[in-house]
Parts: sequence; structure tokens; C-alpha cells
Amino acid sequence: MGLKVDQLRICYRTLRGDVTAVDDVTFDIADGEIMGLAGESGCGKSTLGNSLIRMDVRMRQLGGRVELDGAELPISDARAMRDYRFKVVSIIPQYAMSALNPTRRVGKMVSELLRSRGFDYKSALPEFERRVKLVGLDADILKRYPIELSGGMKQRVVMIVSTLLNPSLLIADEITSALDVSTQRAVGEMLLEFRDRNFVKTTMVITHDLSILAQVADTILIMYAGKLAEKARTDVVIGSPLHPYTQLLISSLPEVGVRHDEHTLVGIPGRPPPLLNPPSGCRFRDRCPFAFDRCAADPPFVEVQPGHSVACWLHADGVSPAGGAEQC
Amino acid sequence: MLTLDNVTKVYKTGTFGGESLPAVRGASFEIRPGEVTSLIGESGSGKSTLGKMILRLTPVTSGTISFEGTDVAGLKGKRLREYYRHVQGVFQDPFSSYNPVFRADRVFATIKRSYFPSVSNSEWHGRVEASLESVGLNPVDVLDKFTHQLSGGQLQRILIARALLLEIKILVADEIISMIDASTRVDVLNLLANLKSRGLGVLFITHDLSLGNYISERTIILRRGVVVEMGATQKVFDNPQHDYTKMLLTAVPQLHKKWGAGLAPELEAMGVTSEGEGRPGRYSRSSMHPLAAMHAWKGHRAQVVAAALETAASADRTDTYLRTHEEVPPLVEVEEDHFVVTSAGAE
Amino acid sequence: MTVLGTDEATADRGAPVAGAGAGAPKRRRFEFLYFALRNKKLIIGLSVVLLFVLFAIFGPLFVQHPLTAYGPPRHTPSGTYYFGTDYFGLDVFTQFVYGLRESLFVGLIGGCGATVIGMTLGFISGYKGGLIDEGLNVLCNVELTIPGLVLLILIAGFLHHTSPLIEGLLIACTTWTWSMRAIRAQTFSLVSRDFVGLARLSGEKSRSIIVREIAPNMSSYLFLVFILLFGGSILVAASFDFLGLGPAGGMSLGIMMMNAADWSALPLHTWWWFVPPGAAITCVVGGLYLANVGLDEVFNPKLREL
Repeated sequence: MGLKVDQLRICYRTLRGDVTAVDDVTFDIADGEIMGLAGESGCGKSTLGNSLIRMDVRMRQLGGRVELDGAELPISDARAMRDYRFKVVSIIPQYAMSALNPTRRVGKMVSELLRSRGFDYKSALPEFERRVKLVGLDADILKRYPIELSGGMKQRVVMIVSTLLNPSLLIADEITSALDVSTQRAVGEMLLEFRDRNFVKTTMVITHDLSILAQVADTILIMYAGKLAEKARTDVVIGSPLHPYTQLLISSLPEVGVRHDEHTLVGIPGRPPPLLNPPSGCRFRDRCPFAFDRCAADPPFVEVQPGHSVACWLHADGVSPAGGAEQC
Repeated sequence: MLTLDNVTKVYKTGTFGGESLPAVRGASFEIRPGEVTSLIGESGSGKSTLGKMILRLTPVTSGTISFEGTDVAGLKGKRLREYYRHVQGVFQDPFSSYNPVFRADRVFATIKRSYFPSVSNSEWHGRVEASLESVGLNPVDVLDKFTHQLSGGQLQRILIARALLLEIKILVADEIISMIDASTRVDVLNLLANLKSRGLGVLFITHDLSLGNYISERTIILRRGVVVEMGATQKVFDNPQHDYTKMLLTAVPQLHKKWGAGLAPELEAMGVTSEGEGRPGRYSRSSMHPLAAMHAWKGHRAQVVAAALETAASADRTDTYLRTHEEVPPLVEVEEDHFVVTSAGAE
Repeated sequence: MTVLGTDEATADRGAPVAGAGAGAPKRRRFEFLYFALRNKKLIIGLSVVLLFVLFAIFGPLFVQHPLTAYGPPRHTPSGTYYFGTDYFGLDVFTQFVYGLRESLFVGLIGGCGATVIGMTLGFISGYKGGLIDEGLNVLCNVELTIPGLVLLILIAGFLHHTSPLIEGLLIACTTWTWSMRAIRAQTFSLVSRDFVGLARLSGEKSRSIIVREIAPNMSSYLFLVFILLFGGSILVAASFDFLGLGPAGGMSLGIMMMNAADWSALPLHTWWWFVPPGAAITCVVGGLYLANVGLDEVFNPKLREL
């Protein structure tokens, strides 16, 4: 059960050509699991999240299969997905907070949303109010306008609305990046609370901020240039990562207590490769200090320890080099 | 070197400026040469307004900002230009810092026109290249390019290189790395920290405590326009005095320390083995009955959240005090080079 | 990180770089021209406008009948009367040539004048803000509430001798309002961008920031404003002339169209009377608009790449 994504490939049509933003991605999220999806900007993490619920007109599924709770999720069929959206699969999009209509009261917006999905506002109201109180907000928030709410309050309202129908899969796209430290925590705790209360079954938290994931996620999936780099339990990814990219990324993050004069951190030189014409072989090769001749071939994403998969030739003993992927 | 004395900024709002909104109140501190000073605050704390006032991009309402003994408020024309020869800034959004219709290296040409009109083109080109190299850029990669062809990190470095072409003594860096990718962030941060070896004073404005802690010698915590705590970075972080500082420190997400880690011993007493420190996730529950672990954790989280809300509330009480009192309460020295605001709520 | 030692580094690099330093600005100027010449919209739009301008300049050389020479009335276009004759037997081609000259001139004066006034006030208002902005806004609003044509009529009543130049300036004085508002709004949004702050940190004065940083960002927009005001001025001048307040003894495309309408050119099927002036106005304004779209692509480096 849970979410199973198998060899998913999504490409983006741009004016300059097709970009395979999600390339051969395979992973699964168990029931009750919060999976963090991390990577730098342009690595395909948001495309992956969006593809599971709402394919853009510019996006196309090139291959692969997505299964949710044992049944296939028809992600490239916009009409069929309409029955899943909001009820089974829900998303808190990036900038959702600022997307709230400032001239409408919160209650009115919620009722319109529910009605458009064929649900009765009145019967859902008690549950909504219960959850509003649960996250430490006042029930009279329904009568207020979005401009009267702070960023953290808005984000919490958006979260309650998107999980009101207890979806199987919740995709949270950069929900903490625009928030202050103190409200970040409230929203993070809320994700955990909702999981523990079974308001959502599986959660995918997309962010560029690994330290938030260290707080809320059970497992972390690292993406690099459209491909999977590493997936493992949170403490393993943070404490003993195997992929050189993960290692360098984590060692470059300043933490409270680390000081420049005592311990100078270093970044990763270079930039991610362009996805329009990605280089063959391992995409991290150019920036990787451990690169060797085997890296000219595409490294497979293999499980090296139970629950710990990595795509790196340093850890792929006994696996023969695979051929290059076909073009988009 | 650059001193702020009781600086206040009040924005007038409403049709005829009838309402006033204090953004900064009674801020007094100094930026010393050869040091990085972090100005830490959340959104709406007035940290960017302070930076803008130092850069003379917005006027102060009252109080004085003085640079090497001169009040900067009255500088005009030639003298203002001389001020900018020594005090420069870099802003948050690298893409908005460049005029999109021109190439990125036009920022150098602008500097030359204003400050070095007599320097020959070839000599200037050499200086620009040397400055770019000193910030870790290859001139070939960045010269002659448009903004959208460069990365955020490269753009911010170009702006630092631009400032270094002048004889700057103070650099105001306003959230300069928040829009840069994680893997190259720390390099810009290191660059900034290294500037102090050239005798520069850097004001590093940020909302991220870990960044401030990483590069700065001194830290100033700003809350709703009021400096609530300041002092040597180590002292502020190791021995926070104000409730607000404490709250920030417990809330900042860290890689190796969970939010609830402070209560780990109590958890153990409840029978939860905290193998991964702090919150038992899906995997660490296995050591006890899943349901029991969950309940134990729920009780635990309730405590944590209650504690966090309580500190926030007490910080709010301080706020009410600050808002209702015209005079900002004075900072008192709790130990050497460590000051905290006195107020009814903070004790 | 390497810390630069300014002077030695400069001395080392001075020589080899000299050529590149001199070459760069030249290449940039050519690059603009390169993109401009490759842009079909710009080329077509400007060609159409240029055609009419050339026609207005050299047209008198081809005129065979004086403006006041009466011939056969409502003569269809032929070898002697290129555009036919009107209800009274006057040559339409002659009227068209002189009318086009005057209309383009009044349009140019009116368009330039209104653009200059609108730009100046809009930039000052948007850049300075505060009381200056409020004051200029009041001025603009007052001007907006007074019907432009009525004001023109009143002013013209006091001036006994109107020339095309004065007519153009009067039009400019009454049509700048909306352009000022639009430019002010654009300036507002640009002033809050960081590059304006950075320009101030570079010691630039307000005027030079407006000219060098803000205006280039809206250059295609300013051109659009000019085009709209240019076309608008031609039309306002037409109604002005129709009311008999235009320059005495003159001819303009507006007067031609009004005469045509007055003397029932449409019901009498005298299409050659009103089609040339109407088509000329449409083509000039349309050509300018097309050129503007093209210029936008040339100015904006992001659009250039697509």
C-alpha cells in the first residue's frame, strides 16, 4: 500500500526543446510515512510533485507508472485525475498562501471549494473547526479576510483545507520556505500531528531545506538534475549519507554552533548540468571529487542496505553498467 | 566606525500620512572594522529598514547614524558620493539588483563613471578582472553576460566584486544568500567572512540564526523594530537572556538536533528509546508497542509545543510593554559585551 | 579565496586586455543593430511609416493641380487625377499630399510634446513620491476632468492665428494626462527594484538614474506611448480642423475626411475621397504599432532568445 512510483519519466516542453525534468524515478512511500524530497532549484523535485496530481499542459508522461493504495493513479489523464484531486491526492502548492483571494472571507472560500468538489459545507464545518482549534487557531478565522492573517496562520489554514477530506497522499511543496523560524516550527509540527491523527496517509514534503526535513521526515529522497541520488531513513541520510552529492550538501550547511573561524565549511563547486541536453553518465560527475572512469556510464539506483538506495558507482558493486536512456 | 545612536524610523501611512507605523525604534549599535556583525530578525522586524537607513536609501526619522564621526543624514552631492565610496551594500534578490535590459557587468561601468573617470579603460578592465578573481569568479565566465545567463551565486559575487573596487570600509549585506542554491551558499558566506581580514566591517542581515552564528563576531537580535539582545555571538548563542532569543534558538530547524530534543530524558523515562534523538519516527517506534510509543510521543509533543507557545506568549508580553511605552527600555549589560533589553515581561 | 593586490595585478593585466576592452562596446552597438535588422515586425512597421513620410516630403513634386484649381467634379481616379476629384472638382491627390504633410507634422508635434510632458511629470512623480507626487497628481486629475476638446476650443478662441505648430502644442497640452499616469505607475514599480538602490549607491544623481536606469527599462513602452499619442494627435487635429479652428487655409487628412463625410461621399460612392486619408492614418498608426512590437523584442534580451 502507500504510494509506489515506478520508473516515472516526465518531460517538459519548452520553446528550446524538451526537458526531461523527472528521469527514471522509482521510489515508494509507506502508509504513515512522511517522505522528504530535497534538491536544489531546477532538480525536478517540484515537477515530480506536480506530476502526481496536476499535469501542466507543457508536461508529458514519457513512461513509468504510479500506484496509490494498490490501484494505478492515472496521472496523465487530466479528466480521470479530477476524481482523485483534493479527495485522494491533495497538494499544498508553493506560494499557496499568497494565492488566497484577499477580498473573500476564509469561510466563503472554503465553502466554494467544497461545493465545487461536490461536498456539503455545513456537514464538513464541525470537522473543519475542530482542526482549526487543533492547530492553535481561533474558530472565528472563518469570518476573517486573508489579509488579516499572518503568513503562518494562512499556511495553517491552507493545510487544513487541503487535508479536510483525509487524502491518501499529501504533497507539500515548499510550505515552510516563506515563513519565519517560529512559524516554520508550528507548520512542521502540524505535518506530524496530521500524520499521527491519520488525517493523511502518506505525505511528501518537497523542500530545498534539509534541516526542516531532519525535523519532520521519516525518510529523505535526494534528487539531482532530474534523477534520484539517494534515499534512506532521515537519520541515515543526515548521519551517514553514501552519495557524494548528499555528503557534500550536508557538510556545506551551517548549523548553530558551527563557526567560520573554527571550522570553515565548503560548498560544491560548479553548477548542476542543464537538463535540456544532460551529459551522459552520472550527472554529478563534473562536480564530484570521487569521479572515476566508471562514472561515464549512468549509475543505477540500487538498494545497498535495507531501506537505503543510492545511485553511485562507488556503491554499486556487482552491477553491470546500463545503457544510456532514450531521448525524450 | 559606523555608529547608530537611538535610530528610529516611523513610516507614515494613510492618505495624508495620518497613521504612523514604527519600523525601527531606538536602535543603537556599532559596526566595527574587521568584524562581521549579524542583524537577526524575523519578517517585519525592521532589519532591512535598518540596512536601508545605513545606506541612506531611506531617511531616519530621529536619531543619528554617524560614520567616522560625521552624521550621514546631512550628506549631499559630492560628500554623499564619498560616503558611498566607503559604505556599500548588496541586496537580497540578485536578479532585481541588475537592470534587466543591460549586461551584468554594467555595474562596473557605473562605478567607473562615478568614481574613476580618469582611469584608462585597459587599466580599469584589469582592476575589474582582479576583483572578480578575488571573489572566486572567472572573468571569462561572467563578463559580457546577461543577468538571466548567470546563477544567483555568481550575480551576488559580482556585486561584492563591485563593492571591492571602491575603497569600502563597511559592507551591508542584506539577506544576500537567501536566494542562492544550498550547495553554493556557504561559499558566498565564506567570502563575506573573509572580507574582515581586509579590515572591512560587515553588517550581515539575516533571518537565519545558524548563518549569523557561522560567520559573525557580534550578534544583534531585532524584534519588531527593537534591539532585544546583542553582544558577542558566542555569548548570545550560548547564554541567551531574552525570551525571544531563546524561542528562536529552540525553533530553528537543525540537521543533527530535533526540535523536541530538549525533553529526551523525560521521553526515556516514559519508555521511549530515542535512538535517533528526540522524536521517535516511524522506524524508531519498533522498540515498544507502536500505539504506546505514539501516545508517549503525543504527550511529549504537546509539552514541547506548549513550552514554545508559552515562550512566544511571554515574548509578546514584552512586545505589549514595548508598544505601550514611548521610550524604549535601555539595554543592560548582563556580562561583558552582552546586552539585553529590560522590560517587565522579560524577567 | 585570493585577495587581490590591486596595483601589481592591474599592471600585469593591463596590456593584453586593452584590445578586448576597446572591442566590447563596439560589438554591443552592432549587436543591437543586428537584432533590429533581423526583426521582421520592426522592419515592416518602420518601412510603412517611412513610405508615408517620404511621400509627404516628396509628394509635392508629383502634384499636377494646385490646391484650389477646380476640375470636373467627382471624377474617378485616372491618369490626370491620380486619386480622382471631390464634390467640387478639386484634386484629391493634391489634398492628400498636403493634408498628409500637415497631419504628420501636427501629429509629430502633438505626440512629441505630450510624450515629453507626460514623461517628465510621470518620472518626477513616480521617482520622487511624497508631496511632489501628490501635487502633480492633483494637477493631472484636474486636467483629466476638463474635456480636452472644450479646452482646445476655448484656447483657440483667444488665439486668432493658429499655425500647425500651435495646433500641435495645444493638443500636446491636453493629451499628456494618461501618459503621465501610466509612466508614473511604471516608474513606481521600477523604483522599488534593487538596481535603482544600487545605482544610488554608485553615486548617481536622480536625473541620471531616471535617464540611465529607469527609462531604458521602459523604452519600448515609452515608444508605444509616443505612437498612441501620435495617432491620437492626428485624430484630435482632425476634429479640431472640422470645427473650423484649425490653421486657416490649411489642408489635413482630418479636413479631407470631414469634408467627405459632409458632402455625402459615402452615399454618392465617392470612395476615392475618404479612402486615401483613412487608409493613410490607419497605415501610419498600424505601422508604428508593429514597429513597437518588434522593438520590444529587440530591447528585451529575454525575448530575443526565443
